[in-house]
Amino acid sequence: MRRNRAENDANHAKLTRRAALLGGVQLLFMGGLAARMRYLQVDQADQFRLLAEENRINIRLIPPARGEIFDRNGVRLAENVPSYRIVIVREDAGDVDAVMARLSQIIDIDLETYERALEELKRSAPFLPVTVVEGVSWDEVSKVSVNAPALPGVTPEVGLTRVYPRGSDFAHVVGRVGRVSQKDLDALENPDQVLRIPRFQIGKINVEARAEDVLRGSAGTKQVEVNATGRVMRELARREGQSGADLQLTIDSDLQRYVQARLGDESAAVVVIDCENGDLAAIASAPSYDPNLFIGGISSANYDPLLNSKYRPLVNKTVQGAYPPGSTFKMLTAMAALEEGIVGPDETVYCPGHLEVADRRFHCWKRAGHGWVDLENSLKQSCDVYYYDLALKVGIEKISAMAKRFGLGVRHDLALSSVNSGLTPTKEWKRTARGADWVIGDTVNASIGQGFMLASPLQLAVMSARIATGREVSPRLIKSVDGVEQPLNGGAALDMDENNLRKMRRAMYEVVNNRRGTAYRSRIIGEGMRMAGKTGTSQVRNITAAERARGVTRNADLPWERRDHALFVAFAPYDKPRYAISVLVEHGGGGSTAAAPIARDVMLQAMAGGEPPLDAYPKGDRARIKKQQERLRDLQPEAAIKGRDQA
Amino acid sequence: MSYLEYTVKSVPTGFRKILHLNWPLALLLASVCGVGFLMLYSVAGGSFSPWAEPQMKRFGLGLALMMVVAMVPIWLWRNLSGLAYGVSMVLLIAVALIGDERKGAQRWIDLGPIDLQPSELMKITLVMFLAAYYDWLPARRVSRPFWVLLPVLIILAPTALVLEQPDLGTSILLLAAGGGLMFLAGVHWAYFAAVIASGVGLVTAVFQSRGTTWQLLNDYQYRRIDTFLDPAADPLGAGYHITQSKIALGSGGWTGRGFMQGTQSRLNFLPEKHTDFIFTTLAEEFGFIGAISLLGLYALIIIFCVVTAIRNKDRFSSLLTLGIALNFFLFFAVNMSMVMGLAPVVGVPLPLVSYGGSAMLVLLLAFGLVQSAHVHRPR
Repeated sequence: MRRNRAENDANHAKLTRRAALLGGVQLLFMGGLAARMRYLQVDQADQFRLLAEENRINIRLIPPARGEIFDRNGVRLAENVPSYRIVIVREDAGDVDAVMARLSQIIDIDLETYERALEELKRSAPFLPVTVVEGVSWDEVSKVSVNAPALPGVTPEVGLTRVYPRGSDFAHVVGRVGRVSQKDLDALENPDQVLRIPRFQIGKINVEARAEDVLRGSAGTKQVEVNATGRVMRELARREGQSGADLQLTIDSDLQRYVQARLGDESAAVVVIDCENGDLAAIASAPSYDPNLFIGGISSANYDPLLNSKYRPLVNKTVQGAYPPGSTFKMLTAMAALEEGIVGPDETVYCPGHLEVADRRFHCWKRAGHGWVDLENSLKQSCDVYYYDLALKVGIEKISAMAKRFGLGVRHDLALSSVNSGLTPTKEWKRTARGADWVIGDTVNASIGQGFMLASPLQLAVMSARIATGREVSPRLIKSVDGVEQPLNGGAALDMDENNLRKMRRAMYEVVNNRRGTAYRSRIIGEGMRMAGKTGTSQVRNITAAERARGVTRNADLPWERRDHALFVAFAPYDKPRYAISVLVEHGGGGSTAAAPIARDVMLQAMAGGEPPLDAYPKGDRARIKKQQERLRDLQPEAAIKGRDQA
Repeated sequence: MSYLEYTVKSVPTGFRKILHLNWPLALLLASVCGVGFLMLYSVAGGSFSPWAEPQMKRFGLGLALMMVVAMVPIWLWRNLSGLAYGVSMVLLIAVALIGDERKGAQRWIDLGPIDLQPSELMKITLVMFLAAYYDWLPARRVSRPFWVLLPVLIILAPTALVLEQPDLGTSILLLAAGGGLMFLAGVHWAYFAAVIASGVGLVTAVFQSRGTTWQLLNDYQYRRIDTFLDPAADPLGAGYHITQSKIALGSGGWTGRGFMQGTQSRLNFLPEKHTDFIFTTLAEEFGFIGAISLLGLYALIIIFCVVTAIRNKDRFSSLLTLGIALNFFLFFAVNMSMVMGLAPVVGVPLPLVSYGGSAMLVLLLAFGLVQSAHVHRPR
């Protein structure tokens, strides 16, 4: 659009007028701001400086009390205990070296902390309080208070320290807290101001870390009036923060303690899950360690043995470990075949002791073979060839899919660190992960839970619970937050033929209660407590032809690292399943000798709600069990006494 | 005069454009940003992390952006302004539907590495669109009711969306900038008189409505007004910020406590010491002299913009430049008034000084437009 020049000029003149006017108003306003600045900073400076300096009002953060953690019966698993520490503010202390020297004459400070404190004092801002010593006794606090005139800038402070009264029982469940590290801060997008309080503690692993948000709470503030030397004259006002929420776990601490004691120093894991709702009653990994050692920093004398032990006490084997499930996997191979209708439970397969597949000979554990076996017999005696045959008919994809439905290869979301998802291999997986094609031998290996198949003890417990109930039981660890019950997850029907499941349970019953079953020696005879289960022994090494010719070497003759893993999964009571369990003993040898007895003891303990009566055990075992119970009672006195009252 | 009437040939081309940038303005902007880095370094206790370093990186990015925007002919920007406004509106609507909620307000869109605050963008695109509108509108229609109603709707639509977030500060800024632009474009006095009169009426209504069933503002907004009127009433709660910031300002005196020596702003855990309240740190550490110098820098930026706008014969260019300058002015005027206890705490950052990428990038982009107007002015 073309406009005439006169109109444009008129427009621009108007614009210029108004721009000048608006610009003028803006400058006027800025003049006003400048005047206000002058008023505040020059005319009233004395008054504000007085407020700021002579009678300084400081706002200090009050760290919130961390939420406590309880077991299902209200037993305290993590608590806050008052502790005293000595802090120094550099600008109030003046000559820091002299004050520190005097302080060290009054209370005991070891050289290392002394030097570290001095260094920190010189490095940090002059007005920030620096902690010199922690965990001092009340006696020492009074000594410092009495000598206050000689110790400018030194104040005792009371704080809360995290304590784990159940010690090593819950290191792999509750976890531990530690100082906030730079790494912790970097991981957060917008770190809470309270994390910057020196020596503030944050959850490092397991529940403490995963439930950090609810446990931490929010900081309060207090307004204090301080005099020219920085000493607090009085507290003017206080706004309380919000303490962290208390957590209740589903774990029964007495059962947990029993399991840890029963496992002792064995490198093993046990998971006990409630079949009804998926609540974890115990989840134990051994050997364990005392998380209290880590509070306030662990010494290398304590840490190095933990780090270097071949039994890996720092690893939570229940969820972090993934092991070949061995024969405990056979139920799933069978379920895949039954659900597909490829075999009936009564169809038989002939086991000559081995099976030739693609020019390779796959052996049954029993060299002489089992002869004609059906589902029940094959599970009872753990015949391998029967499952090789099934797997060849069903194929790996169906088997892996079935395993997923029973909770293998799935990451169960628990408030624990590094939960492993295990592995249910497929052809596609092998192509992408290993860059190789699936071969038929891989299917054969997977059918008996060897080869690529991997599962964590948690997953095996979930599997047993799902077999026992026919429902999609999902594990739960946190029962309630701040008194609010947490939702149960899963629980829907698995949508499988109940007949097949019943056959499977029956076969598992035979494994434990039939004279020829592999776990017969670990049966329970108490009525209404009978256990059904499955043993597993998973190879860590390949058996060479030479070894086979010599006769398979006995586990006991091998070095520990090369022995087989022992596994056992079970549920009980058989007719009305209440608990499901999985036991893994790393390099423990056979599942029937190393894992099944532990499962029986733990199951009885869980069902009896304490020490079980001896007559639940077969007659021949009672004398030995009695001795064992006495020994364990000494190891966990509190629990045993309580258990006896209930039993 | 419209850009069609001057010879395009006399406008510099290619890299020669760089010589024709308004370099003094660019230098002023850089020095204000420099003050920002210094203060962010100081409030972090003498450390480049967590604020100064990312801020410097964003400044580098913003400066590059400004140059790129400045190189593009202003008439292209004029033709794009409708689209820019449309995109900002879409983003504002999107943020209302899918945005992240932070500190109780829904303002952000998460775009992977950058968090975008569309209301920031709207401050500029609104000015652009209005400038284009008045460039297109013949002068005799400017004060006709229909042609006044149209820009009013253009202003109110985004303002309402921003108020909904809720972000009172930005909506006031949008309203004031839009109104200012209408004033510059030559809308008749009577309209403004009417709006001011009804505004006074509205304020009365807002106060009258308090506590009744037809209460017009959120409780927290009322509390902020109360705090403004009488901060002493609640020194630990809502009035805490203002009292503390006044103490910090006042204790600075003539020359301040010295760089990194401020105690108030650091000891007191002012939660927004690196954003909205950064001016207190400056005033405490560098005193009245430091504070007035920053104000002087700001004033110079405004003056430069107004002068270059008046000299520019292209109507779109001068309206845009004045609009952006007004926006910039509102930014720091509201922030400083707030910090000095002259206005309610509404959450407006100090432009180019406060920590925050979105605001800085958008401002530098806006000054890129100012530069483009300057480079491509009719000669």
